[in-house]
Amino acid sequence: MSDSVIAPKATSGQPQASRISEAVIRIAGNSQDGIQAIGGFLARLAGRSEQEVMTFMTIPSTISGGPSIFQVRIGSGEVLSPGDEADVLLAFYQHSYDEHVTSLKKGGIVLYDSDHVEPNPEREPNYRHLGIPISSRTVEAIGGTGKDKGKNIFALGLVAKMFDLNIPKLEKLVTERFTGKDQSITQNALNAFHAGYSFQLDSAWATFHFIEGQKQGSTQVVMNGNEALGFGLIAAGVRFGAGYPITPWSDIMELLRRELPKYGGSFIQCEDEIASISMALGASYAGRVAVTGSSGPGISLKTEALGWGIMAEMPLIIVDVQRGGPSTGMPTNVEQSDLNIACFGGHGDSPRVVVAPSNVEDCFYTAIEAVNIARKYSVPVIILSDQAIATRIEAFEQPDFEKVVQDISPDFSPVAEHKPYDLSAPDGVTRHLAPGTRIASGKYPVVTGLEHDELGHPTGSPKLHQDMTEKRRKKLQALGAELPVPKVFGPPEGQILLVGWGSTQGPIKEAVERARAAGEAMSSLHLKYINPLPQDLEKIFAGFRHVFVVEMNDGGLYGHGQLAMVLRGRYADPKIRGINKTDGLNWKVREVLEKARALAAGLDAGKA
Amino acid sequence: MSTTLFQIAPRIPDLNIAPIPEGERKGLTKKEIAADHPTWCPGCGDFSVLALYFKLIEKRKIHHEKVTTIAGIGCSSRFPYFVQAHGAHFIHGRALPFASGVSLSRPDLHVFAFSGDGDAFSIGGNHFSHTARKNIKMTLVVMDNWVYGLTKKQTSPTSPIGFKSKTDQWGAKDRPINPMKQAISAGATFVARTTHTNPNHVLQMMEAAMDHDGFSFVECLSECIEFYEGSFDASNPRKGGKFELVPETHDVTDEFAAYKLASEDFPGKFGIFYKDNRPTKNAGEAQIVADMRAKTQGMKDWQILQKSFERMR
Ligand SMILES: Cc1ncc(C[n+]2csc(CCOP(=O)(O)OP(=O)(O)O)c2C)c(N)n1
Ligand code: SF4
Ligand SMILES: [Mg+2]
Repeated sequence: MSDSVIAPKATSGQPQASRISEAVIRIAGNSQDGIQAIGGFLARLAGRSEQEVMTFMTIPSTISGGPSIFQVRIGSGEVLSPGDEADVLLAFYQHSYDEHVTSLKKGGIVLYDSDHVEPNPEREPNYRHLGIPISSRTVEAIGGTGKDKGKNIFALGLVAKMFDLNIPKLEKLVTERFTGKDQSITQNALNAFHAGYSFQLDSAWATFHFIEGQKQGSTQVVMNGNEALGFGLIAAGVRFGAGYPITPWSDIMELLRRELPKYGGSFIQCEDEIASISMALGASYAGRVAVTGSSGPGISLKTEALGWGIMAEMPLIIVDVQRGGPSTGMPTNVEQSDLNIACFGGHGDSPRVVVAPSNVEDCFYTAIEAVNIARKYSVPVIILSDQAIATRIEAFEQPDFEKVVQDISPDFSPVAEHKPYDLSAPDGVTRHLAPGTRIASGKYPVVTGLEHDELGHPTGSPKLHQDMTEKRRKKLQALGAELPVPKVFGPPEGQILLVGWGSTQGPIKEAVERARAAGEAMSSLHLKYINPLPQDLEKIFAGFRHVFVVEMNDGGLYGHGQLAMVLRGRYADPKIRGINKTDGLNWKVREVLEKARALAAGLDAGKA
Repeated sequence: MSTTLFQIAPRIPDLNIAPIPEGERKGLTKKEIAADHPTWCPGCGDFSVLALYFKLIEKRKIHHEKVTTIAGIGCSSRFPYFVQAHGAHFIHGRALPFASGVSLSRPDLHVFAFSGDGDAFSIGGNHFSHTARKNIKMTLVVMDNWVYGLTKKQTSPTSPIGFKSKTDQWGAKDRPINPMKQAISAGATFVARTTHTNPNHVLQMMEAAMDHDGFSFVECLSECIEFYEGSFDASNPRKGGKFELVPETHDVTDEFAAYKLASEDFPGKFGIFYKDNRPTKNAGEAQIVADMRAKTQGMKDWQILQKSFERMR
């Protein structure tokens, strides 16, 4: 599946469409050229054709645009990662060509705009070069004014031709994209598309045809992780949120701001992240489990109020779309370096729940689950997403809406008496009553950040502090006991177990597939529940000689990344070791494999 | 595809309480409103603010469950513990955004926030400005004692120049803020000033504030007997000072006149300085919801979501 699918063909006069099961297409240009749009069309088309798709993109951190890429991997089988190397590169400028030509597989095709790109003679033997005057042909097709706007669609036409894509479906996608705009804009786009599609090919062109996808019958939806997470929160029944803009979290708040009023809800932009979490806690207290979120520095700002949420035992959802840190760090790059702050950030003993979605579809369902955990255990839940999963587009099966959409509106039925911090409650789980609820005993609760008695009134009692601290911890132990034990991918015994969490599931699984295809005894385990951990992981670890925790964070002072430290602390097992990197980029399958092999080889040699 | 791992736990057992018809409910007595005995020092000005809050609840026949008392951290901010009603004791400086979350999601409640001068104007200064300009419906009473009480006598943002505190042993040097000016310029739509030594006036201001549809701010001078004794004597006729009301000729809708009034030297005037009927954030959000709901009328939540997903196929 991961072999080079587009091997150069000896040109035998007649171009023949070869049947392929997958392809990786990288589009490189400037962000203002609508690169994301072409990628989006391709991803959406794949979704509508029951194919699997995964994308990744880089966005320049400057607002005025700049070099940008969009990579899309389309497959008829399971697609786990956006692909290490590309089969086809579409290069709009010289810098796009220079920068990205080596990202192609050997023998891959580079399709370049000959109006802007001068190919490098040294590279020519390694890749198939096809120059097309994309800019001037677009001008010819739709006139000079459309030049910058239309060439992405012209290029889409070229790709459609090359991969024998479904033209009516693409036309429909293009038309849908421009609905609501001036009719002439749609017409221009279609003209550019057809000009690209009908560009006269010479016989050197290879064309390809995707084998039919396997997911027949199901309806696919195509979106990125931020969208899936935002809609998941809505499905979960969240109707109030508050936030402050920061990349890459902003998309979620913008989505919620736009969508929530349709459901009678509201999302408020606050003056800062402290106000945001405070406002969300206020709404949760008032009976509407609320969401706040941020990235990087904004998460740091929220920690004091998070501690209040833990002390007061208030359900709350905090989304952390991780980016490179510390401080302003690398705003548009990926990193998994917030695990520590998510699990431990803040003063005092402050147990909270941390969950991490592993793909775009999982973002949707994790959001629902997070809300239900928050409510059931009356506790703040942090959803650890990251820049990679937030911005990449995947297709997944449309949810069963009627089944998953929840109503969690507050219940104000009167009660006889009420003790929010009842120490005798099963598993120590607190139940809050929202203001508006009558309590017949006339004794009303205060929710508080001070250590308190069962009614929420302050106490200096050493015993109560001990008991309440225990209560806040015990309920998460109860949750841990209830969590499903994750399944090992691959056989339950072997040489190497790769442990991952969050967005890296795809490349880790693919690495395992490649290793097993090469006869190596490698498996992987993916953790979604980070805090508390599910039970029985030690039994899984026992089946392997090495346990390598693959993370996009620093190996730290003692040589282990953030999750590795937690697992070592939890299981006191010295065979747990870290495989780490902080280059701000997704794991490539090859990187994971090479590092795992090298680490194991070194250890085995040392032992021998 | 899997749905969710956890089913929602039933919230509370059915306790079968016979509902009391609204008409038959009597107003609360002081005894029913009072909770913990206040932990303030005897003689602290905060006692009278609390007593008058009870009076207000009594007078206006507000029931336990209809009022929510919210505070940050400070001596004054211990307030919610002393009130027998739903309440929240939040973190230092952030009572306003917390209260905003309550106000914006629960139009049925009276939301009161109580704060100290440090809580409201130092650590919470940013929130003060933004809650005011957004005009989020609630009442904020700042019990201004010109000092940090709870942390035992450090300089506060309202401490006058020359005040000797533990952090300004030679006397405070920084220009104090003027809460009235701060509120007016931030865009608060109800700005009033009172003092704990005049109970009737405190009640009057709190009541007018509660009836205001928007962010209503009352600065109540409240003496810290422990760390700043005598601070407000000049405003107390019993101590030889003078208590003067805002002149009847003052136009409360005139922002500049209000600002001028706020510029007077201590003890200045007491009463409503400024009032404006600008629409609230609450009303603005409700309008957005109404407009959007008109488009999704008759649809269940899952159908609305389904419709959104149709565009993502
Ligand atoms: C983040 C944070 N910083 C500092 C404190 C310590 N602290 C508690 S109350 C307070 C100042 C209280 O002064 P004020 O708001 O004027 O209230 P008062 O006690 O005078 O009524 C401070 C600094 C805290 N609780 N939290
Ligand atoms: S220290 Fe001052 S403000 Fe605090 S309770 Fe005592 S008198 Fe009141
Ligand atoms: Mg004070």
